[in-house]
Order: sequence, then C-alpha cells, then structure tokens
Amino acid sequence: MAETPNRPLSPHLQVYKPQITSVLSITHRATGIVLSLGVVLLVAWLMAAAAGPEYYAAAQACAGSWLGYLFLFGFSVCLFYHLLNGIRHLFWDAGHGFELETVTRTGWAVLVGTVLLTAIAWILGLSVMGRL
Amino acid sequence: MAEFRLPKNSRIRNGKAHPVNEGAKRRARFKVYRYDPDSGENPQLDTFEIDRDKCGPMVLDALIKIKNEIDPSLTFRRSCREGICGSCAMNIDGTNTLACTKPIDEVKGDVKIYPLPHMAVVKDLVPDLNKAYEQLASVKPWMRNDTPASPDKERLQSPEDREKLDGLYECILCFCCQTSCPSYWWNEDRYLGPAVLLQAYRWIADSRDEATNERLDELEDPFKLYRCHTIMNCAKACPKHLNPAKAIAETKKMLVERQG
Repeated sequence: MAETPNRPLSPHLQVYKPQITSVLSITHRATGIVLSLGVVLLVAWLMAAAAGPEYYAAAQACAGSWLGYLFLFGFSVCLFYHLLNGIRHLFWDAGHGFELETVTRTGWAVLVGTVLLTAIAWILGLSVMGRL
Repeated sequence: MAEFRLPKNSRIRNGKAHPVNEGAKRRARFKVYRYDPDSGENPQLDTFEIDRDKCGPMVLDALIKIKNEIDPSLTFRRSCREGICGSCAMNIDGTNTLACTKPIDEVKGDVKIYPLPHMAVVKDLVPDLNKAYEQLASVKPWMRNDTPASPDKERLQSPEDREKLDGLYECILCFCCQTSCPSYWWNEDRYLGPAVLLQAYRWIADSRDEATNERLDELEDPFKLYRCHTIMNCAKACPKHLNPAKAIAETKKMLVERQG
C-alpha cells in the first residue's frame, strides 16, 4: 500500500451495548479505586486516634455526620462488591467458571451478595451502636 | 492510554433517509454507518426502510436488499451467508455478530449497524483488518514440528488429544470477539486480543505440535497476553459460541504451572 489514508475510527464505547460482563468488570476496577482512596481516610482516622482524645473526637464527629455515613456506606458497598467479585476472579484464575451461563449467574450472585452483606453489616453495626 | 472519545474525523453525523414505498405492511428501519473515503467527509448514519414481506429473515438479507434496490454504493463484506466464512462480522444492535446469522426479528426497534468497533474504517462497514492479521501471523498459527512426518502415515493423535481442540478449531476468524474487547480497544498495538490468543492456544493444546514451550515463551509478556482482564465480552460476542477467555485462562495456567 502506497499511503495509508486518514481513515476514521469506528465507534466503540459509543455504540457497544453494556454487557453484564463488561459492566461488572469496570465496576470491579472502580470499586478498587474507591477502596484505595478510602484507605487514606482510614489511615487519617487511625492517626487521629493516635494523636489524642481531642483529635479522635473530631474524627468521630466527621465519621458520624451524615456525609461521613454516606461515605462509609459507599465504602462498605465497594468493599463487599470488590471482595465478592475478587473471589470470582480467583476461580477464573484457576480456570473455573468460564461458561457464559455460569459467568452470568456468578455475576448476579455478586450483585445480590453485595446488597445482602452491606445490609447485614449496617444492621449489625447500627444495632450494636444502639441507633437502630 | 485509553482514548474514550472518537477522534474529530470519526464523529458521526446524521445522514440521508430512504423511506420505504407506500403499501408495505411490515416495515423495518435500518440505520447504517456510512463512510466514503473519496468524499473526505465524516462518517454518517443513513436510514433505510425496507418492506419485511419482500426481504429474507437475516440482517444480511436486508443489507443485500438495500444494496440491490436502494443504494448500490453500500459496501460490506459477505460471502457464505451461513456463518462459516466470517466475512460479514459487524456491530448490529450494539453487539458484534455475523449479519448472516442475526435474525432481524431479534432486534427491537431500529436496526443499528456499525463496522466492528475501534477499527480503522476502509469504507462503510468494511474495517481494516490488517493489524489483526499481522497479530495472528505473529503467533505462527501452524504446526511447528521438528520430527519429520512419516512418508506413508499422518501424524496421529488419540481421540482424547483430539478432543482438546474442540471449542478451539471452530474459530472462523471473524474478529467479533477481538473487537468486542475493551482491553483490545485501548491496547490494540500491544495486546494480541481474544481471537489471536484463542488461535495461539489452539496450537499450544495440539498434541502434534512440538513448540509448546516456545509458544508459551512468546506469549509471556505483560501486554501480549496479560492485558486480558477476564472481561468476557469475547465469549458473549462469539457467533460460534466459543470461549476465548477460557483459552486465555488455560494459557495463563500453563505459564504458572511450568514455573513449577
């Protein structure tokens, strides 16, 4: 070929229908990023605990505000999703669970499991704290 | 680095509409990606309406009807019209498949047809597959064997060893899976992609091939093989119901196992 013409790129993300496979995959990555960022806040909370009662009280007030609760809730959703989907990845790494039917079923199981585990964690947590 | 937006010369404009003649009882509307390299203009989406009572059941039937009766310049690859040549692979209703085995009835609403995703477009629905073919050639998809073949006998294989090639040899190289993979979209220059890796494994799994170790050496690379993140769009797209993701996982497993 003498010269490659300036060919357009065919549409990709713009036209490809979201698949349960790809949506769960990108969610795994996104939750991983959120978890890494959340760990920074966890460290800040630990540092506050180490710095003394005043700092700890301030950190607790932050975590106990509605914004703090919202963030903690999001963090717990990400945690359980990433955990469950991570287990799915471990099975794949061992060569199991590649049949499309299985992939779809385990995918939905991860979603349902995330909701359940998050709900259980919050119900337990709030009742222990006497806020439920 | 992944570029999520289409480059300026690739953004799609609205195109021409070709309504069906009066009197058609069952109609189907097709929105088809058009790109004319001679005009130098951006791609556009043309609308064609056809009379379903005068058209075959598959999307390819409709494309041929459009080309024959409405716009002879419409360009697409096709050959066998029965799902064995892999020519008419394209993005129909949001997923990659073969136009010849995709029933129009399976699509709700307008039938949207684009070329295979994230590829350089030669014209209309014809993508440039040269790079994918080069990648295929790079895994040397033929039997590598130092032992000379017997002059009066085939290279024999037990039924059990032959069975290991089921689910691999059926690949028709349509590249539906290759171009459904987001990882391939973002790393097409270095990641081999699901279709090519399935072919690579097809020879790794072949008991008659003697280059298994060399083949694994050639694949042991952070990009060529390990850009597969088990997204599984490949297996979902494959019109032959093969599972490239599983072939890739088997390859990864063999790489781990040979480390001992």
